[in-house]
Amino acid sequence: MVFLARLVSGANIRWSGCAPDTRQRIYFANHTSNLDALVLWAVLPPDVRSLTRPVAARDYWAAGKIRFHVAENIFHAILIERKRPTARDNPIEQILSEMGDKRSIIIFPEGGRFSGPEPMPFKGGLYHLARKRPDVELVPVLMDNLNRILPKGEVLPVPLIGHVTFGAPMRLLPDETKPSFLERARTEVIRLRES
Amino acid sequence: MKLKLDNETYWLVGAVLFLLMISTLIGQYLRVRARSESVAKTVTNLNARIKAWWIMVGIFGLAMLTGGIGSVVLFGLTSFLALREFITLTPTKPGDHRTLFWAFFVITPLQYWLVASGWYGLFAIFIPVYAFLFVPLRSAISGDCDRFLERTAKIQWGLMICVYCVSHAPAIFLLNIPGFEGQNGKLLFYFILIVQISDVLQYVWGKTLGRHKIAPMVSPNKTWEGFVGGVATATLIGAGLWWATPFTPWQSAGMSLAITLMGFAGGLVMSAIKRDRGVKDYGTLIEGHGGVMDRIDSICFAAPVFFHLTRYYFT
Repeated sequence: MVFLARLVSGANIRWSGCAPDTRQRIYFANHTSNLDALVLWAVLPPDVRSLTRPVAARDYWAAGKIRFHVAENIFHAILIERKRPTARDNPIEQILSEMGDKRSIIIFPEGGRFSGPEPMPFKGGLYHLARKRPDVELVPVLMDNLNRILPKGEVLPVPLIGHVTFGAPMRLLPDETKPSFLERARTEVIRLRES
Repeated sequence: MKLKLDNETYWLVGAVLFLLMISTLIGQYLRVRARSESVAKTVTNLNARIKAWWIMVGIFGLAMLTGGIGSVVLFGLTSFLALREFITLTPTKPGDHRTLFWAFFVITPLQYWLVASGWYGLFAIFIPVYAFLFVPLRSAISGDCDRFLERTAKIQWGLMICVYCVSHAPAIFLLNIPGFEGQNGKLLFYFILIVQISDVLQYVWGKTLGRHKIAPMVSPNKTWEGFVGGVATATLIGAGLWWATPFTPWQSAGMSLAITLMGFAGGLVMSAIKRDRGVKDYGTLIEGHGGVMDRIDSICFAAPVFFHLTRYYFT
């Protein structure tokens, strides 16, 4: 599966702001294709990959048997409720407990797939995670061209070359507000396009 | 379609291996000798190129050993990878997705199947006629009219350059040359050798003596000294290899001249596309060279011309 994901995506990987590391990290990326979670996870080196779990929407990944199998057993996704979070079904608590003090996660803070040229404004989850776990590095990741490999609504991928760029780790500043932090995080992702 | 391993083949293979060994030694010598930073950088790139040459020669040699079918598969995969690099650089829209799927998984394999099956009549027109008409139709059905002609033209261009043109190299096996039966593998070897050695010699002459740029806006590395020196020496080498071909020495010189001139044209045109898209290389697959497309740009232009010159005058 890892091999297949790398083959299909052409996976041109660049670590431009940091090196692969097994320390705890939150990788956050723009989201344009169904392949994103799989590809980002697959391009991590094996030792990092085994400690990293993508966060994915339960309503999408639990919808079919194959999807569910892929999410549960292959890349061990953390499936969260994105439509109606309740106190009992709180995605942030769920993610934090899954992370523990060892595991890293991959999240797509736009909250859905969008095919516009720029990523949509980020949802608040990233901010809450950054506030609760100030010790964890937040790594911006740019997923480029993957929406052309498998656009929204298509089933068969076309074998173009996708680019995955890892940027420099960032953290929540002492008295940063939620909107300004989220906007800064989003800009970090967009900035990777020029680097 | 099979390769006869005669003495001439051994001589060709031996000469290439000898050349590679000499270049490796020179590369290592230059590495030890390199004093300044910029020289060291050029030499590092040179050694990466030589290393990649060993790998490419190895793959090509293996493909040749299996006879015609190995060459068809090798060039088919090369086309596939080149088309992938080409389309990646070309902005297409979601409306082209299904068309691209056809281009990669139906049209490309079919073109090479036509080579393998020896169906010359359809091989020669399949992409220029049928794929040419099918591509805009499939995109039109998707219903996105924005920049329609531009998008369609780019996919057609990609198919012509990366698939149709390149497929003329293994199609050399289809040529029925009187008195040269069963030896077409040598002719393919000769063709690839001249195209690539001309590239290498233009690079060497350009790096050592190059002063006057031919088209600085398009390709800053192409100089008149490199062009004239490379074409002249590659043509001489081609003339000297006449014994491996159905040609006389003079004919072989003419063929090599045509191959080198077309190869130069291919390099220049494919550079113009890269400059337009604002990149230096098409990809990163071959260390030191860039992408597959960067290595085969000269084959794209030279293969169909060499194929048809040979077909017209010698079959």
